[in-house]
Amino acid sequence: MSLFILRRILTLVATLIAASLIIFLVLDALPGNAAQMLMGVDASPDAVRALTVKLGLDQPLTYRYLLWIKGMMVGELGNSYVYGTPVAGLIAERLVLTVPLAIMSMLITVVLALAAGIYTAANHNKLGDVGVMSLTQVGIALPNFWFAILLILLFAVKLQWLSAGGFAGWDDGIWPGIRSLLLPSISLAVVQAAILARVTRSAVLEVLREDFVRTARAKGLGKREVLWRHVLRNAMIPVMTVMGLQFANLLAGTIVIENVFYLPGLGRLIFQSIANRDLIVVRNCVMLLAAMVVTVNFVVDVLYAFIDPRIKVANL
Amino acid sequence: MSHATAPLIEVRDLGVRLNTSRGPAQAVRGVSFALRRGETLGLVGESGCGKSVTALALMGLLPDSAVVSGSVRLDGAELVGLSDSSYCKLRGNRISMIFQEPMTALNPMHTIGRQVAEPLRRHTGCSAASARKETIALLDRVGLPDAAKRVDAYPHQFSGGQRQRITIAMALACQPDVLIADEPTTALDVTIQGQILDLIADLVEERGMSMILISHDLGVIAENVQRMMVMYGGTVVESGATDAVFMRMGHPYTQGLFRARPRLGARKGTRLKTIAGTVPELADLPAGCTFADRCGIVEARCRVALPAAVGVGAGHDVRCLRTDVSMADAAGAVRV
Amino acid sequence: MSAPLTVPADSAAIAPGASPATGFWRRALRHRSFVLGAALSLLVLGAALLSLVWTPWSAYDIDIASKLHPPSAAHWLGTDVFGRDIVSLLLVGARSTIMVGVIAVGIGLTFGVCLGLIAAARKGWTEELIMRMSDFTFAFPAVLSAIMLAAVVGPGMLTSITAIGIFQIPTFVRVTRGSANAVWAREFILAARAAGKGGFRITIEHVLPNILSILIVQATIQFALAILAEAALSYLGLGTQPPQPSWGRMLNDAQTLLFQSPMLAVYPGAAIAIAVLGLNLLGDGLRDLLDPRLARER
Repeated sequence: MSLFILRRILTLVATLIAASLIIFLVLDALPGNAAQMLMGVDASPDAVRALTVKLGLDQPLTYRYLLWIKGMMVGELGNSYVYGTPVAGLIAERLVLTVPLAIMSMLITVVLALAAGIYTAANHNKLGDVGVMSLTQVGIALPNFWFAILLILLFAVKLQWLSAGGFAGWDDGIWPGIRSLLLPSISLAVVQAAILARVTRSAVLEVLREDFVRTARAKGLGKREVLWRHVLRNAMIPVMTVMGLQFANLLAGTIVIENVFYLPGLGRLIFQSIANRDLIVVRNCVMLLAAMVVTVNFVVDVLYAFIDPRIKVANL
Repeated sequence: MSHATAPLIEVRDLGVRLNTSRGPAQAVRGVSFALRRGETLGLVGESGCGKSVTALALMGLLPDSAVVSGSVRLDGAELVGLSDSSYCKLRGNRISMIFQEPMTALNPMHTIGRQVAEPLRRHTGCSAASARKETIALLDRVGLPDAAKRVDAYPHQFSGGQRQRITIAMALACQPDVLIADEPTTALDVTIQGQILDLIADLVEERGMSMILISHDLGVIAENVQRMMVMYGGTVVESGATDAVFMRMGHPYTQGLFRARPRLGARKGTRLKTIAGTVPELADLPAGCTFADRCGIVEARCRVALPAAVGVGAGHDVRCLRTDVSMADAAGAVRV
Repeated sequence: MSAPLTVPADSAAIAPGASPATGFWRRALRHRSFVLGAALSLLVLGAALLSLVWTPWSAYDIDIASKLHPPSAAHWLGTDVFGRDIVSLLLVGARSTIMVGVIAVGIGLTFGVCLGLIAAARKGWTEELIMRMSDFTFAFPAVLSAIMLAAVVGPGMLTSITAIGIFQIPTFVRVTRGSANAVWAREFILAARAAGKGGFRITIEHVLPNILSILIVQATIQFALAILAEAALSYLGLGTQPPQPSWGRMLNDAQTLLFQSPMLAVYPGAAIAIAVLGLNLLGDGLRDLLDPRLARER
């Protein structure tokens, strides 16, 4: 067990290092002189030179890379090229939006998907199954940002129940904040849920074909009991794998959705920083998102070991 | 062994229609038999002949789309058409089943103790503690070494033979009246097969159960059951006391099956006899005798309608129009 | 969908007497999701081809005087904020979408299949390395790669094509390796190896033809994903740049006018959804038709 986790941790660290290398190469080494980019082609060479020194860009690449890695360890990410304020602070104040948004939409995704997937598998080939599966087929085809726009049209423009965008913050208690994240998280979740529901359904159907299901029925368990006691836990393994992968899509989705709803989250920060050529902010944001994706997949892998007894022994 | 005269389980004219991907198929036709307490019955035939479907029909475990006709009575109570919830009270309690694949018949996610205790908890309503004690006793009885220690282990930590012992313990947990064993040793090593069959035979004797043993292996049938039925294309082509059937094989198919079985100690270079042709698709069975297309002594009248069963001895029935020829042929050629 | 049963009837058998090709089309025309998917996909493809030779109005000329017209005989779906005809924009947008999709899937298919075949043929550390790399790439959604690229080289069609293409590679690597491994385990490969054929020849002569149908199915579904990604990137302004019309860009333009002309936000999204739905259904249908063994409950 511990060996299994140790190996997964090593892979996690190796992946994070590889990710940081690529991100650094693309966003720091490749563009050449960030100071030149910031000031534009018309800037005087002296001014560019001064800014280069000021931003520490005259140091050798490896030194700058190691400095960045060291900074990430201690939470010192340097200062924004544009605002001059610490990048860590900029990111932190955006995360209070993006993290709750991602969690809310993941929750909605999982609840919707498991309900739909289990329901359809239990009613295989019946009307409800066909109906819900057709709905998911349509759901998969919807671009999430378009679905978001449709939700705005319905709830903000027509019914005027909710505002079309913006974020109320957490200062006035939890509800105004959740309310302003409701439409964004639903629009993110519905598409993902459609995919996950199909995965859940086929995983459950797959397990329902297993011999041990028949054994359980032969013991006198009813269909529902077999489903809940014997099938679901077995079916959760492929479902969890997909959930982990979907988390990556979901984070990528927040970037798009935050732009639809004008939410001041990480996604908006990245966009403003691209527009401002604030590459140090882009680099750290992208690294953070990549790290979140990799970490979630690591957690999923470790969870397998708790769900499936076979993994523990195989790696002891 | 008790000798009650009324049959414990009585099957009359059982028919099963299945929906396959190639259309509806009559998987089982006109199967009838009765079994008293303590009696054992063998079902033999090639794969796809309907023996497993018959077993699943008795258990009420066919897919929802299957249509079962005829009658199955357990202690006089009709089982065909019984609601699933009523059936659940019988399964694992009064009728139990052992399946072919011990490697996949256990849930990999649950400890074996929990799985063996499940029917106990469900049908006898005993406490977790007493179910656990009973489980350990059962596992001990079926010959699982170190039962008390290994009760909390998972299926993948056991060998195939051990797992089959566990499924047997599971099937016997509630002292069932009828045990259905569907190819219980087919997936096991030859050396283990004998041990498992002996264990089943001991338990059947010890607890006075009735057993229906399903196998494609004539040797297994010959050694383990009192009566046998040979199935082909969803029908019983021959039935009778095991000795009688082996002594005087009446149906050309039974004879073919016997000649096709591999024998230890056969002279080198002896060719295994095969039955020409293939098992017919259940979806498009011929109108007459199901074996007509592969039979060596087929006549035009064989193809008209399904032949009726003919008595050729005490309790020995053969579903063939040409028993005169087939049985004359077989005499002398067959030695068990 | 027919209920799979444990009945020993060989469901994969092809009806006797029919040649495989005519059998395929006969079965295909009876397959509901294939027919619907093919119809929707052809509709989008037709729109793109039509836009090459004819559009009701120019999709590029700005005519502020006739901006935001409601649907009329002249402009069937009305005009946008620059006075451009919506139908024309949708037709030309189909072209951009298909172009980005084809090139991106082409990139993913070429690199992914090659790497997957190599992984299956070489095994050992080569396979391990390729699979680790593809797992790693998979952790970068197309939007993230596009953002990095856009930050460095600026937004544009090339940026979105590259980002989507790179994101497609790992999926093709996995699918190719998985199905190629299954082919490698079969007897006729052993026979070919016994006949002295090398890994490269076996891959080209035996493995590739055997996994072709799986690749076609996967490519269809990846095409749908590419269209979604392209739409998202051009909506964000990272992909196709104005004045080149694209569905994602149209949605972005429409969003500022939600209260005035809500329908402008409906058409392009519906076009994306139709294209994606069509390709997904087509892929599902092809999977059922090309490989009955895969046709279970995915």
